[in-house]
Amino acid sequence: MGVKLLLEKAHVEGIRSYEVYRREGGYRSVEKALKTMSTDAIVEEVKKSGLRGRGGAGFPAGMKWSFIAKPEGVPRHLVCNADESEPGTFKDRYLMENIPHLLIEGLIVSSYALGSHDTYIYIRGEYAWIVDILENAIGEAKANGWLGKNILGTGFDCEIHVQRGAGAYICGEETALIESLEGKRGNPRLKPPFPAIKGLWERPTVVNNVETLASVVPIINLGGEEYAKIGVGRSTGTKLISACGNINKPGVYEIDMTISVEEFIYSDEYCGGIANGKRLKACIPGGSSVPILPANLLLKTAKGETRYMNYESLSDGGFATGSMLGSGGFIVLDEDQCVVKNTYTLARFYRHESCGQCSPCREGTGWMEKLLLRLENGQGKISDIDLLWDIQSKIEGNTICPLGDAAAWPVAAAIRHFRDEFEWHVTHAEEAQKRNFGLAHYADARQLVSA
Amino acid sequence: MAEGTPLFKVTIDNITIEVPAGTTILNAARQIGGEVTPPAMCYYSKLQGSGGKCRTCLVEVSKGSEKDPRPMPKLVASCRTTVMDGMEVKNITSPKVIDARAGIVEFLLLNHPLDCPICDQAGECHLQDLSYEHGKEGTRYEFQKRTFHKVDLGDKIQLHMTRCILCYRCVFVANQLTDNREHGILDRGDHSQIATFIQKNLHSDFIGNVIDVCPVGALTDKTFRFKNRVWFTKPVDAHRDCPTCSGQVQLWMRGDEVFRVTARKDQWGEVKDTTDGKPGWICNTCRFDKKHINDWVIEGPSKINRHSVIAQGHYEGLKKPDETMPKVMHGRNPKLLMDIHNVSEVNKTDIELSLIDGPATSKTFNHSEKNNA
Ligand SMILES: Cc1cc2nc3c(=O)[nH]c(=O)nc-3n(C[C@H](O)[C@H](O)[C@H](O)COP(=O)(O)O)c2cc1C
Ligand code: SF4
Ligand code: SF4
Ligand code: FES
Repeated sequence: MGVKLLLEKAHVEGIRSYEVYRREGGYRSVEKALKTMSTDAIVEEVKKSGLRGRGGAGFPAGMKWSFIAKPEGVPRHLVCNADESEPGTFKDRYLMENIPHLLIEGLIVSSYALGSHDTYIYIRGEYAWIVDILENAIGEAKANGWLGKNILGTGFDCEIHVQRGAGAYICGEETALIESLEGKRGNPRLKPPFPAIKGLWERPTVVNNVETLASVVPIINLGGEEYAKIGVGRSTGTKLISACGNINKPGVYEIDMTISVEEFIYSDEYCGGIANGKRLKACIPGGSSVPILPANLLLKTAKGETRYMNYESLSDGGFATGSMLGSGGFIVLDEDQCVVKNTYTLARFYRHESCGQCSPCREGTGWMEKLLLRLENGQGKISDIDLLWDIQSKIEGNTICPLGDAAAWPVAAAIRHFRDEFEWHVTHAEEAQKRNFGLAHYADARQLVSA
Repeated sequence: MAEGTPLFKVTIDNITIEVPAGTTILNAARQIGGEVTPPAMCYYSKLQGSGGKCRTCLVEVSKGSEKDPRPMPKLVASCRTTVMDGMEVKNITSPKVIDARAGIVEFLLLNHPLDCPICDQAGECHLQDLSYEHGKEGTRYEFQKRTFHKVDLGDKIQLHMTRCILCYRCVFVANQLTDNREHGILDRGDHSQIATFIQKNLHSDFIGNVIDVCPVGALTDKTFRFKNRVWFTKPVDAHRDCPTCSGQVQLWMRGDEVFRVTARKDQWGEVKDTTDGKPGWICNTCRFDKKHINDWVIEGPSKINRHSVIAQGHYEGLKKPDETMPKVMHGRNPKLLMDIHNVSEVNKTDIELSLIDGPATSKTFNHSEKNNA
């Protein structure tokens, strides 16, 4: 069993309530931080912990915190990104639903460290019932003196406000989120200025993911150095993975980033192997935006080394033969899945979610969706595949926010690794409507030994 | 320039100039002028916060600054990126930029109806210029284009959403020149649109300026609709004593007739500053209601870029073209020259060309004449 820092207590009976959470050792980190540590010391601990942002980009959290501007007389804000709308990602939901006080606890410590007296949780609108859970937890925390005025007699005031989004993936992008929080249309802002300088209402702001902020609790309790000992290399601590697709045990798992991808998929502790005795074809390891990998590149890197469930190993080989840990949305495709259809589905999502501000993303996402649908329906041409490649290359890197890249990468990776399947949809158009392409040479080598 | 602002040296396409710190790459390039200046479809110097959206002005920064010479990893929007001391920028000297820009033009035209022959903006449309200068011929798009219905935003302004490139300039105009913005962007992605939500009229005294900032024919002046092609009209600077705005305008005339009134534009197609240095936005009264030559004090012909199609109908320094008719007719002159308006209603205002199915023939027009009669 791996180390659990976040979900260790998630299944204790009644842990959603303050009494049980506190009895199980909850809010210790607030006591420690507010009573014995300076704000700089907390930032220092988070830096030492090596914690990387869990929202997708993996930016070191402590470093982000140290960038926040501190102009005299201007309030600062911490914003918790709970928009979680990336297909395949549902870890924050699990955490907030089961152990809401852990997030609140992390928010109080982080707000103190950053000097945020008004902290916001921006939560995806569809998580309507979680809003109640969080507000309840905030109410309990406040009633017990962990929030409000003069917390623990330290003179620190803090309120946490929960704001619901209205159903737009783009509002998970931190500057679109800020616009939306301000009551505006959720268009990403042009950067610079970055939120750390001018964020919410032009005030210095830090936006962090739910899991990132919850991880501050064990970091304070253990100390940054101890936390950093868990995991490997620059992948410290534990990571929540939401696993879904054709596996026996879909769900949210906390891993310590030292396990191999193979273990994660096949061991009974985690995904429990591919469902229905099928074989593994491909996997999108970090949420819908990251490159899809065929089985043979997923379990082993191009160099033939074992691939592990961590930031460095999953991105080994760059986009040519690797992928990304991203937000930890682990989507598994078995031999019966069609990569063309899967790519089309993702393209449809990105077209629908583009904010439409910049022309490459607005127009390019729709064009790719149409071409992919045509290919999927057996009405495509071979030249469509090259055209798709060209379109994604003209979107990538040329847009205001990373949604453009997120729309381009899945298409690029699918063509890069599964071009023959795309071509087959053209050359065997009729057959492609009746059956799937199957595994071909991506065969999961492991099956030979374990079957 | 504020007193004491340091000067930064920036090199764009191998041409070096000095500009005050805080200047954007685009504005530095505009000071050099010519081909070195990236095209800008959404940036508008008089509208705060504009730019960054269309991505036509992307450039390559091959050297960040003297202090940090690393190149920038991605192409950047020159309209929103400020120069650093010692920065080196590649615009037309970068194959990456040329390629990306051609891509942007293709994207912008993807859902554009290309209905220039019936569009009032033709001849002064920035998208026409952009595609001509930076696009490729032909399109690789084989799907139906997205369409919208035409909408009247009151009795003076018409919205052809099909032509809109979502530059947001009209939204900035409404935010910055009027007390109460009544239109905005509805929906998102390729289904987003300029709209008033529940269809309503735009009211403010200065809302007519959305027509001038619109780079395409999405927002047009209904009082000028189908009245004439812009290159047949001659721009003339004129003014009047207006209680609401500066009254400094451009009249678009044919003979003594005033067809259209607009703000005066500079070489970048943006409204010029007035004589007292403020942006020359004009009010609706000047724009829509003063269409008689007696309403105005004429100052003289406007200066127009010689390469513009508008210069074609202009009389300043005009060099008459050679008579081509006798040339192609082996020295003879035609017996009869016919004015197309005598036989066809093609240019008449009451025919909606966009409503005619398929290629229009003389029959279409005769037919409609009968119907109208
Ligand atoms: C289109 C788009 C959607 C995003 N959605 C989310 C999201 O739902 N949740 C999240 O935490 N980060 C999301 N991000 C990343 C955020 O912009 C931001 O990087 C993150 O919240 C920072 O937190 P972290 O440093 O703790 O990871 C998204 C980014 C993009 C471009
Ligand atoms: S990349 Fe897409 S989502 Fe991001 S700002 Fe541009 S249009 Fe909007
Ligand atoms: S209507 Fe014109 S000005 Fe307004 S966003 Fe569209 S193109 Fe731009
Ligand atoms: S002019 Fe710079 S992005 Fe549009």
